[in-house]
Amino acid sequence: MNIKQLSIFVENKQGRLAEITETITKANANIRALSIADTTDFGILRIIVDKPDEAAACLKEAGVTVSVTNVIAIGIDDNPGAFSRPMRLLSDAGVDVEYMYAFITRKSEKAYVILRVADNDAATKVLIENGVELLDEATFHELM
Amino acid sequence: MKNRIWNPDMECMSRKDLEALQLERLKALVDYCDKNSKFYHDRFVKHGITADKIKCLSDIQYIPYTTKDDLRDTYPFGMLSVPQKEIVRVHASSGTTGNPTVVAYTREDLANWSEQVARIAYAAGATDESIVQICFGYGMFTGALGLHYGLEKIGATVVPTSSGNTEKQLKFMRDFGTDTIVATPSYCLYLAESAKERGIEFPMDSYKLKTGLLGSEGCTPEMRKQIEESWGNGFFCTDNYGMSELNGPGMSGECIYRDGLHINEDHFLCEVIDSATGEVLPKGSTGELVVTNLTKRGLPILRYRTKDITNLNYDTCQCGRTTARMNKIIGRSDDMLKIRGVNVFPSQIESALIGITSISPHYQLVVRREGFSDSLEVRVELIDASLLEIYGELEKLRKTIHTRIKNILGIEIKVSLVEPKTIERFTGKAQRVLDLRNK
Repeated sequence: MNIKQLSIFVENKQGRLAEITETITKANANIRALSIADTTDFGILRIIVDKPDEAAACLKEAGVTVSVTNVIAIGIDDNPGAFSRPMRLLSDAGVDVEYMYAFITRKSEKAYVILRVADNDAATKVLIENGVELLDEATFHELM
Repeated sequence: MKNRIWNPDMECMSRKDLEALQLERLKALVDYCDKNSKFYHDRFVKHGITADKIKCLSDIQYIPYTTKDDLRDTYPFGMLSVPQKEIVRVHASSGTTGNPTVVAYTREDLANWSEQVARIAYAAGATDESIVQICFGYGMFTGALGLHYGLEKIGATVVPTSSGNTEKQLKFMRDFGTDTIVATPSYCLYLAESAKERGIEFPMDSYKLKTGLLGSEGCTPEMRKQIEESWGNGFFCTDNYGMSELNGPGMSGECIYRDGLHINEDHFLCEVIDSATGEVLPKGSTGELVVTNLTKRGLPILRYRTKDITNLNYDTCQCGRTTARMNKIIGRSDDMLKIRGVNVFPSQIESALIGITSISPHYQLVVRREGFSDSLEVRVELIDASLLEIYGELEKLRKTIHTRIKNILGIEIKVSLVEPKTIERFTGKAQRVLDLRNK
């Protein structure tokens, strides 16, 4: 139930984000979700694209530091408490969350959250057992 | 390792006798230069210097420094002090910019040079029983022929393989039973690694290599350890120092205790100066090494500014030598940065970065003036993409680098992680410093 995510090292200098995203365009990859964590001199751009391997290869060729990792994506109902429930489940199962970011789509009433957890298998297991919606790669891209 | 001294009379004489000998030789040299060297004669006239003005060793301070530019400006033979027919050998340094620096030797100069090299080679473990492979490039460079003559003088069997052709080097090593190697530290390490790669056909015990005389480039203790472990079998190597302007190799070298490089002080009078002001520093201070070759006659050199930063230790060594020992070169005065009053050398940063595998070996130092204070930024290239997964890992890396450098320099710095290949590559000497303070 894993989804491939690209983590890209971005130096904090003018035009760098434009260059990197242009490189992704060259791979003809479509960005589905993104998040950027920044410090004063660099940021880490995390993106989900429809062609992760091609995009990563293109970026590497351009000399960009990029890694591909598996993350999980969960669907959340649009009501109070819907998000805290899976968080509680992960916490009780002892699975640490490293970071997350959310997005919505036009095709669904739900919100979606990308989660980078310490242990994908353990997280997947506890979430599925408790009826949380997990997206696999195909479903994820169909939603877009 | 056996402690051996080639010329105990000269290497172990009392400091008092040594300094008396140095003074006598200095006076003779000044007198000689005044009479035979147009270059120095003109300088002496200009500064009112005559041999009788030199009454003690510190009177050398009356004499102006000689620089590499002096040699370049007089290219090729403007500083000769003898007719060309007295010259039996010429060498030249690479000369990365402008004219190369040419040096010339009389027969007596060569004999002195061989004596100097014989001492450092003997101190490092070479004897008349040694089979020595010289892996320095022969030619205009002083390294190969300098070691060659010195090793012949002590009676070693010299194998002048010159540089390159690793396959042949290793074959001769095995077939001849070569036990001593003369090479740069990096080539010595490369040979060991190449030998290991051929380990199935020729196991490491088919080599008898025991002693390494490494020079021509710096060698950190970490690198030395790596070289010794790579050859294994008790391989022991020492560092030696010299430069073509001062004959070549043979000015100083380590004994088996490896606690500084013994200077052949009966031939070389050393001073340590503040490279910015030119002021001579008290004994034991760290600064630029200035050397007078007391015995050279073909092309004499007085108070040569080496641009190498070191300090001198005048304590008697446990090997018995009374000669001063110079520390390994900390850096070049050209590269030295003064940041908030602290001397900083790129080599210090380099040593702090050794062993950190998630960054590339390329780095850049950016110095700025912020208000009235200097700031130093160390830029390193991140190459390990796996660290991007967890932000904390990147911060940890930055902290590690920060702490290591701060511990060495003792000043606050900023570490920046940059993208790979964004720091400019240099084919020759790396320009690692970007000083924006006066821009």
